[in-house]
Amino acid sequence: MSLYILCMILFCIGIYGVLRKRNLVKIIIGLAIMGYSINLFLVLLGYRFHGRAAIEAETQDILSMVDPLPQAMALTSIVISLGILALVISIAIRIYEKYGTFDITKIKRLKG
Amino acid sequence: MKDVNIIPLFVIIPLLTAFLIALLGKTIKNFSEKIIVASSSLLLAFSLYSQILLRHTPLKTLVYNVGGWLPPFGISMVLDGLSSFMLIVVNLIAFFVAVYSLSYMEKYTDKPKFFTLFALMVSGLNGVIVTGDIFNLFVFLEIASIASYALVAFGTQAEELEASFKYTIMGTVASSFIFLGIVFLYGFASTLNMAHMASVLNSKLSIWLLPFVSVLFLAGFSLKAAMVPFHGWLPDAHSSAPASISAMLSGVLIKTLGIYAMMRIFFNVLGITQAQLSILMFLGSLSIITGAILAFSQWDFKRLLAYSTISQVGYIVLGLGLGTPLGIFGALFHLFNHSVFKSLLFLNSGAVDYAASTRDLRETGGLNKVMPVTTKTNFIASMSISGIPPFSGFFSKLIIIFACIQKGHIGYGLCAVIGSILTLIYFMKLQKFVFLGELKDKFKQIAEVPYLMRFSMICLAAICILAGFLLLPALRPFLDRASDVLLGGTNYAAAVMGAALR
Repeated sequence: MSLYILCMILFCIGIYGVLRKRNLVKIIIGLAIMGYSINLFLVLLGYRFHGRAAIEAETQDILSMVDPLPQAMALTSIVISLGILALVISIAIRIYEKYGTFDITKIKRLKG
Repeated sequence: MKDVNIIPLFVIIPLLTAFLIALLGKTIKNFSEKIIVASSSLLLAFSLYSQILLRHTPLKTLVYNVGGWLPPFGISMVLDGLSSFMLIVVNLIAFFVAVYSLSYMEKYTDKPKFFTLFALMVSGLNGVIVTGDIFNLFVFLEIASIASYALVAFGTQAEELEASFKYTIMGTVASSFIFLGIVFLYGFASTLNMAHMASVLNSKLSIWLLPFVSVLFLAGFSLKAAMVPFHGWLPDAHSSAPASISAMLSGVLIKTLGIYAMMRIFFNVLGITQAQLSILMFLGSLSIITGAILAFSQWDFKRLLAYSTISQVGYIVLGLGLGTPLGIFGALFHLFNHSVFKSLLFLNSGAVDYAASTRDLRETGGLNKVMPVTTKTNFIASMSISGIPPFSGFFSKLIIIFACIQKGHIGYGLCAVIGSILTLIYFMKLQKFVFLGELKDKFKQIAEVPYLMRFSMICLAAICILAGFLLLPALRPFLDRASDVLLGGTNYAAAVMGAALR
């Protein structure tokens, strides 16, 4: 149970980074932490104590297996967040070329 | 071909188009233009055909089992009344926007890349609509979102990059909330199939899980649908994107990713409660009033339309939140109408931008003398969105207001009426400053936009006028079948399971 709570604390740290930081790169790091915490939570959900990989073997009886589905989901989610991070970092680099700063308080041409 | 084999084509065709354009778009001249029009017209034809299919299906539900694995083990794709309705909305707008973009995107440099991203976005949207698996829904939602983040930044000017960054951050936070909700649901129900999950949640009671997950989903989908406390990214993103993409974003993307996914999960999987309905009603009427007031003071053509989107989406959410048959019917009808006239208005703004190279209302004026087609179609769309009879927006707003009064929510009905009057006022402002008045000297030389852009605008304007006929008994099943799915609630589970095993 405490592991799950630690996951949620990690998620909250990610949200804190997105909400409170002024630097574009730190905001992106916050996003990444949010993604990692969800993946970690997902894998922990499928974990069983003394469980083994869900592969059948002829010679041994399998007493407890970990749930393989969350692992597949976590892989998919990692790929998705990789795509988003690559996109958002490239946008941040282009913003730095145009505005000459990573500070979001100075990047405010759109308003109204 | 068996009937159900049509369902995966809605995802396969645009994905294949995106792949082919990315591969061959640079080498073969005009290849991307031809194939995008071919694929989007094919998709439109298939989505219209899905209506005919549903009419002859006994359970009004068709299920395709991917790889032949029966649910709850495999991924299933579901075509029911609501999916078919949304498919028609998405592919109709996508077709006209694709035709419009052929001319409009001339001023940007890289057409093949644009159409690749466009086709990816359409495949994501269609995937969200047809999927019956909750994790698949998340994956398609991310495909559509990532394509739209890139499309908002397509011009790579400073403003576009800034808007895209803001949109990406907000969109990713929203996706994280949705994904966390899905993870919690999976941990509780141990299944990903939406129909199976609905039946598990029905039989396995929990006091704390459903409210918690509902809050996560509500926050996530409200961010995607830009309801008022969560609307900050929308005006920037929708006003900075190329006009044809603004039309897609405002017309179908926020409805599919926000409203459709929310309807599907809340009504069909979780089973909606009165508390959630009240929250939806409150958010809806807050959006109506706030969006309309903020739209009022805008001097940028597209920014005004973006705030108007927030306000009009409020009507849809208000209608859904009523939860009565009339309210849901009105909400779905307004969803259809809004996607038609708001994409038409954004295409008009693109036409003005294309011809006059400005979007500032203080600089334009008197364009009715040089751009007659744009002026007339814009007039039709403005009257339709402000709810003037006999245009389509009038009927849907009237139904929503009637539904409010029928349920006894006079205050919310009043909000809807006031919102409609404010809408009329700011569209009058738009008409006055863009199309009426003195024609300035520097605009004497401009000409009407090319014929492909005119074609899209005229067709959408015709749909605006004719959409009122959807209320006729012969055409009403189109909307009735969609609202029946929502009213049926968690009967969705039985319908999908029955159709899958047949």
